[in-house]
Amino acid sequence: MLNPKLKLNPKIFNQDCEQAPTRKGFGQGLLLAGEADKNVVALCADLTESTQMNLFAEKFPKRFIEMGVAEQNLVTVSSGMAAMGKIPFCSSYAMFSPGRNWEQIRTTIAYNDKPVKIVGSHTGISVGADGGTHQALEDIALMRVMPNIDVISPCDAIEAKKATLALAKTGKPAYLRLAREKTPIITTEETPFEIGKTQIYWVPDVGIAQVGIIVTGSLTYRAMLAARELEAKGIKTKVMNLSSIVPIDVEAIVSLAKESKAIVTVEEHQVKGGMGSAVAEVLVQNYPAPMEFIGVQNSFGQSGTPDELIKHYKMDVPDIVLAVEKVLKRKT
Amino acid sequence: MLLTEEKIKKLEKTANLIRQSIIEMLVEAKSGHTAGPLGMADIFTLFYFHILKHNPKDPFWEERDRLVLSNGHICPVLYAAMAHSGYFPIEELKTLRKLGTRLQGHPHREYLPFVENSSGPLGEGLSQAIGMALADRMDEKDTGRFIYCFMSDGELDEGNSWEAIMLAGKHKLNNLIAVIDRNNIQIDGYTEHIMPLEPLADKWRAFNWHVIEVGGHDFKTLNEAVEEAQKIFEKPTVIIAHTIPGKGVSFMERDYKWHGKPPTKEEGEMALKELQNA
Repeated sequence: MLNPKLKLNPKIFNQDCEQAPTRKGFGQGLLLAGEADKNVVALCADLTESTQMNLFAEKFPKRFIEMGVAEQNLVTVSSGMAAMGKIPFCSSYAMFSPGRNWEQIRTTIAYNDKPVKIVGSHTGISVGADGGTHQALEDIALMRVMPNIDVISPCDAIEAKKATLALAKTGKPAYLRLAREKTPIITTEETPFEIGKTQIYWVPDVGIAQVGIIVTGSLTYRAMLAARELEAKGIKTKVMNLSSIVPIDVEAIVSLAKESKAIVTVEEHQVKGGMGSAVAEVLVQNYPAPMEFIGVQNSFGQSGTPDELIKHYKMDVPDIVLAVEKVLKRKT
Repeated sequence: MLLTEEKIKKLEKTANLIRQSIIEMLVEAKSGHTAGPLGMADIFTLFYFHILKHNPKDPFWEERDRLVLSNGHICPVLYAAMAHSGYFPIEELKTLRKLGTRLQGHPHREYLPFVENSSGPLGEGLSQAIGMALADRMDEKDTGRFIYCFMSDGELDEGNSWEAIMLAGKHKLNNLIAVIDRNNIQIDGYTEHIMPLEPLADKWRAFNWHVIEVGGHDFKTLNEAVEEAQKIFEKPTVIIAHTIPGKGVSFMERDYKWHGKPPTKEEGEMALKELQNA
């Protein structure tokens, strides 16, 4: 059942559950952050509406810089603005930022310790029809390997809004991972969000979890559907929303592994180097447990509808159910 | 700013001492770049001892001008200019490139917070300077101070450099002054053989910059160039400073082989002798 302590959206499993893309929540959050702090500025590489920066740009035209299609310049100019006390949010598609400009981010933002927020939208396979060139499947790996930068991957538009507001106040570099497609609203305004903390969104009706499902980003809803299906089959799970990939909540992950003794990770990203790898790094050092990984298995994406692609690359609800059943059998 | 004959003589002496420090540092470090730092010694001296609005005893003074060094590999001259102007003891220069030093092989703000930016990877400094200039314009501080960016000619091979040049022209950033160390060398050889930059001034003009070409070793004309740049309205200015790599040490001058290597102990002694007798 939904964790009753977290005030999650009670309509989540209804047909009429509201849907919105995480980038939309970011756009609203940025506007609020801009209203709260005059030092918040925004820069965009010719994708202002796509990345939902237009709300901010219309309200604060003097605090918005249109960079043109120049992602290397996008992040390095942001670094210079941060050096003068600004809190820059700079956005593009994740394939281009941090995909194209990784070294500029490393040198001028992370190494240089400037509080720039890199906002990568259009992550994951669910970008859809645009095809493999535009589907960022490596961005978590690229950013979590870099010291001194937080990596946040919100599960829905409301969490994306909260994450944006929180990142505006950290005083340090960050990467915010967003998706293009609408996904169901899982949380409410009252659901807690804190950088570095994780929450258990789904809990067994009674008893302890036999498998822990750890999910990040747009697949969180599918993980919840899988958990509900498993509950009906008599398999008890917990679903943890790991939106804060860096810093990672070691204590909560270890605690879930100690309870369930088996873990499945779920992400719209390459399995290699992604969130699941981050969880594995935590577990092997603290509490080794059998794991299964849902994600893209060492391939590029292609054109298709988001639903078709998620099925094709085996990240859908039945795939998560199968992975849980498989890891359950591996428990000693 | 007025530059008297007397002040010029003082600057020449200081530049000579800075060159000596550069040689001493590099001999001690046994690695690092030699030609670029020697070639830029006069320009760094002019800025640190005459042009920059700064206070070495209060390095984080908010109203200071900002000097962004883009081609971080010439940092021996930055460190020497900073030490000689009082940011830290001259003795500390001998720690260059050693474990635990504040004077990293390429500048790092975490170790030496007085530098405005960590740098080394090429083509990124001008963008950071533009960000600073844009922030100052937003805050209406763009008439109170200048943002300077020192950069190399070789790093104009980088696409990032031209993204930056285009943006500064778009925003007519007259509070931004770039200075190019036009020494015509890069690691693999002469710039015009590796990747021709000429007609360099025309390229910058085409991107809506005001361009000044000047010799890189005459304090009077360099100072006049900066004065002109400060007066230009509605355009950023680039000063293309024609420098001699290795300047001041005859066996190093104009030889690209000195771009990326330090002098040996014996070569260092020869170089110091020449500088001391200059």
